[in-house]
Amino acid sequence: MRRLAFMALAPFCVLLLQGCAGWQSALDPKGPAADELAWLIWFFTALCAVVWVLVMIALAAPLVMRSRPGDEPLLLDAGAERRKMRVVVTAVGLTAIILIGLTLLSFFANRTLAAIGSEAVLTIKVTGHQWWWELRYEDATPSRILTTANEIHIPAGEPVRLLLTSTDVIHSFWIPSLAGKLDLIPGHMNVLDIKADKPGVYRGQCAEFCGAQHANMGTFIIAEPRPKFDAWLNDQLQPAGAPASGEAKAGADLFLKRPCVMCHRIGGTPAGGTVAPDLTHIASRKTLAAGTLTMSRGNLAAWIADPQGIKPGSHMPVADLNGDELNAIVAYLEGLK
Amino acid sequence: MRQALAMLLPLTLVLVACQREERDTRPQSALGSGEQPTPVTALEPGGQRPSASDNKAASFEANAFHLSEGKRLFGWFNCSGCHANGGGGMGPALMDEKWLYGSSIESIHATIRDGRPNGMPSFRQKIPDDQIWELAAFVRALSGNAPSSAAPQRNDDMMVHPSENRLPDAATLGKSP
Repeated sequence: MRRLAFMALAPFCVLLLQGCAGWQSALDPKGPAADELAWLIWFFTALCAVVWVLVMIALAAPLVMRSRPGDEPLLLDAGAERRKMRVVVTAVGLTAIILIGLTLLSFFANRTLAAIGSEAVLTIKVTGHQWWWELRYEDATPSRILTTANEIHIPAGEPVRLLLTSTDVIHSFWIPSLAGKLDLIPGHMNVLDIKADKPGVYRGQCAEFCGAQHANMGTFIIAEPRPKFDAWLNDQLQPAGAPASGEAKAGADLFLKRPCVMCHRIGGTPAGGTVAPDLTHIASRKTLAAGTLTMSRGNLAAWIADPQGIKPGSHMPVADLNGDELNAIVAYLEGLK
Repeated sequence: MRQALAMLLPLTLVLVACQREERDTRPQSALGSGEQPTPVTALEPGGQRPSASDNKAASFEANAFHLSEGKRLFGWFNCSGCHANGGGGMGPALMDEKWLYGSSIESIHATIRDGRPNGMPSFRQKIPDDQIWELAAFVRALSGNAPSSAAPQRNDDMMVHPSENRLPDAATLGKSP
């Protein structure tokens, strides 16, 4: 029976352990901030485990070693009392030292986190929306300011400063593999510095309940070597390419005539809405609707045809398009690399 | 037994409170496409007046979700560019009692969908029909035509003075510390 229970539990344990690795795990750090935090949590856990075991032993000892009552139970042995007092005072002293020590460790870890961004090479303004992330790559030259959504490309091995704010409710930005979480608060700017040691894709997630589609508010940090990042940035700064096929051309016209144009922006066209994700290079992104769907022609069509079925409550309404119109718009968007 | 019943009653009341209105985020096809022509005037040859009511009107008019969505879209689509938060500017005021084309939600819907002379553009095909109904419901609510339990509140930044807990302390006002 017991063996059966153990066998039933084993797969769960394996699953739990698997959850510790991968592209979204605080226990699998990929940057200096996450390293610091992971080290801290392991040290706290180990130390607290030792203290817990000692306390349990101290509690169990009197139960196991029952002392025989003497001739005079009410008579106190002054020497034994003093010894007990010494043990208690030592334990209290040790507790105080451990607590102060842990506080100091947290303090110094915080200093390390704060130092990461002192030489930030790039500033990105991250604005939380229900339920997607707006990104603005700041630059001193206005023509080199880039607005995009949901997919954060950064140069690997270089510190990046994120300015976090929100336009509707409180969200929280959390890339477990790179840094701790920090809230995005309407009317307030928070600063989070991150650094990815190696190139890679790290998933992030909104970590503050923000409404119906909180669970589908994901983001990706894509750390790339410097030359690749620069090439990406230059590509993204270009206006959208002209539609290639006749169908895509019809889609471009429809985009401007139908509800799409009311909210979305496509650089280089009259579509200039700023309340929804920028679609100038939508086909270059790996996911749709803040990490909800992978990018493909089918998913793009599904998302436009029935956003309320895929992400109920999202602010993308069901546009009244017929099949041909939908295909044309998808053909156009698919070409926006 | 009677005690159990007495306890059941408040419990039932509490559970009833969980019932909120439904949020229809997808268009309800049963309500029609909203494409039926809305009469601009009640005058009709032969004296027969066309009905001005639309199937959709009732489900949008006093629905808190649709009203708040309308408020959001009012900002997103820059209605304030001409109507200035309902106070009126280049376009007419929306929060007074004057209605150039009638105060019914159907008329407001027709105004947004088809446009009106002297400036109001047509948003036919640019705004999905349900969203036009949401906007129309919100515009009607601007002049107090929606139940206060459903109508969205005015934004904090539009209050005539800061809320009380943000006002300077009256006792120390004007005195140097």
